[in-house]
Amino acid sequence: MIAIVVATIAIAFFAAPLVGLLLRAPWGNLWNELSAPATVEALKLSLVCSAAATVLSVAFGVPLAWVLARQQFPGRRLARALVALPMVLPPVVGGVALFLAFGRRGFIGQELDDWFGFTLPYTTLGVIVAETFVAMPFFVITVEAALRSVDHRYEEAATTLGSGRITTFRRVTLPLIAPSLAAGAALSWARALGEFGATITFAGNLPGRTQTMPLAIFLEFENGNTDGAIALSLVLVLISMAVLVGLRDRWLRA
Amino acid sequence: MTLARLAVVGLVVSGLGSSGFAPDAGAGQLRGRPSGSITVFAASSLTDAFSKLGHDFERSNPETTVSFSFNASSALATQIGEGAPADVFASADAASMAKAVDGGAILSGPIVFARNRLEIAVEPGNPLGIHSLADTVKPDVTLVLCAAIVPCGRYARSSYAKAGVHVSNVPTAETATATLTKVALGEADAAVVYVTDVAAAQDDVDGITIPDRENVDAVYPIGVVKETQNRALARAFVDYVASSRGRRTLQHFAFLAPRP
Repeated sequence: MIAIVVATIAIAFFAAPLVGLLLRAPWGNLWNELSAPATVEALKLSLVCSAAATVLSVAFGVPLAWVLARQQFPGRRLARALVALPMVLPPVVGGVALFLAFGRRGFIGQELDDWFGFTLPYTTLGVIVAETFVAMPFFVITVEAALRSVDHRYEEAATTLGSGRITTFRRVTLPLIAPSLAAGAALSWARALGEFGATITFAGNLPGRTQTMPLAIFLEFENGNTDGAIALSLVLVLISMAVLVGLRDRWLRA
Repeated sequence: MTLARLAVVGLVVSGLGSSGFAPDAGAGQLRGRPSGSITVFAASSLTDAFSKLGHDFERSNPETTVSFSFNASSALATQIGEGAPADVFASADAASMAKAVDGGAILSGPIVFARNRLEIAVEPGNPLGIHSLADTVKPDVTLVLCAAIVPCGRYARSSYAKAGVHVSNVPTAETATATLTKVALGEADAAVVYVTDVAAAQDDVDGITIPDRENVDAVYPIGVVKETQNRALARAFVDYVASSRGRRTLQHFAFLAPRP
């Protein structure tokens, strides 16, 4: 009985902020708020950067997941811990750390600046870097788990039938882990889309260049444009729910 | 499939390079008139005034685009020092501009283009009867100030010191605009912000004057950033802000003229 009461309070706790958002939303004015130039820019920037971050996460993540899952090498546990770290690290700490590595005076950023006259902070590419940093681990961990659980006999069968390693990977392994690839990509896309702390610390809050949706929401809210903040928030809530619905079979087995 | 993925990554990375999403900063002049685009980093208290100035400047110079990034001057100075893509920097205090100048980020001597004073912002109708700085620290008043490290916060605290009123442990916000918003939204009873912020908020807040002997003279310098991609346009905009027309617009937003 007590459990039910406490559970109800907990559910109400999770529902309340969403209810608050829906109650206070400027329903009549929604289209106007969403079509304001600054809002449209933030939306476009968010979609482009999160898509790029997801592409990078997949491009680098698949080989990384494969190595972590299949290869034995000294320091494998350390490598896996490093990859998983951004998932637990406070995002703003990630942003500060990225700054110290890739900023103009960072130990890598300095070389980039000296050799190419090019800096990452306060640029759109910097946003993509920050988002990839926080999002890729989600993809890698998901795919690594899938690769581990794949039945090796299919791959062995393919090899004995004469298929080369790349072909086996391409035509046997990848299709087998395809659902995990999709789920991992969706997860990392959602994470990249929602990234705030690392982005604002590493890339700043420059409209049109680095002001993604979460940063725009923060600025609007701080400066009293609550309607604008709510409108953008609703968009993100919708996207989050869509991701949840898409992944419901993997996460929320009822 | 791997190749296609790599190609997409390559395209995206090269397309978004260093200049990012904003329109390319074009070359200097076109038929003797400035053209291209610039980004102006300006103190948040300049939001309304500079948006208007930028709009008017674009109308007078059709081939130009002026974008803005409004934030606390101290934060902007830090960003510029770290290589953020600014062409012009307009600060709410001499200290932030000095920081940028010391970092070698400003092209030539910045000029003061406006001054500002502080005011107490209260809820419309002044329900708590606040008439002085001393009234704002009474126990039943929720006071909010700008963070101590931003110009607006430094000015406010120096004002309290001049008035001999002790203020401590006050909730703060990062910019003048954000601080004023707390009062406008009813989250705080009083805030010490710029006269121009109160004017911009119109009916959302009432302003209570701070007497001259307790008030501060906020000095606003503007300068061209050394690493600008469009020196001619940046200079043209700075000249416009300092011109008599620019000063008239600033005064319309309640800024004071720079001392002659």
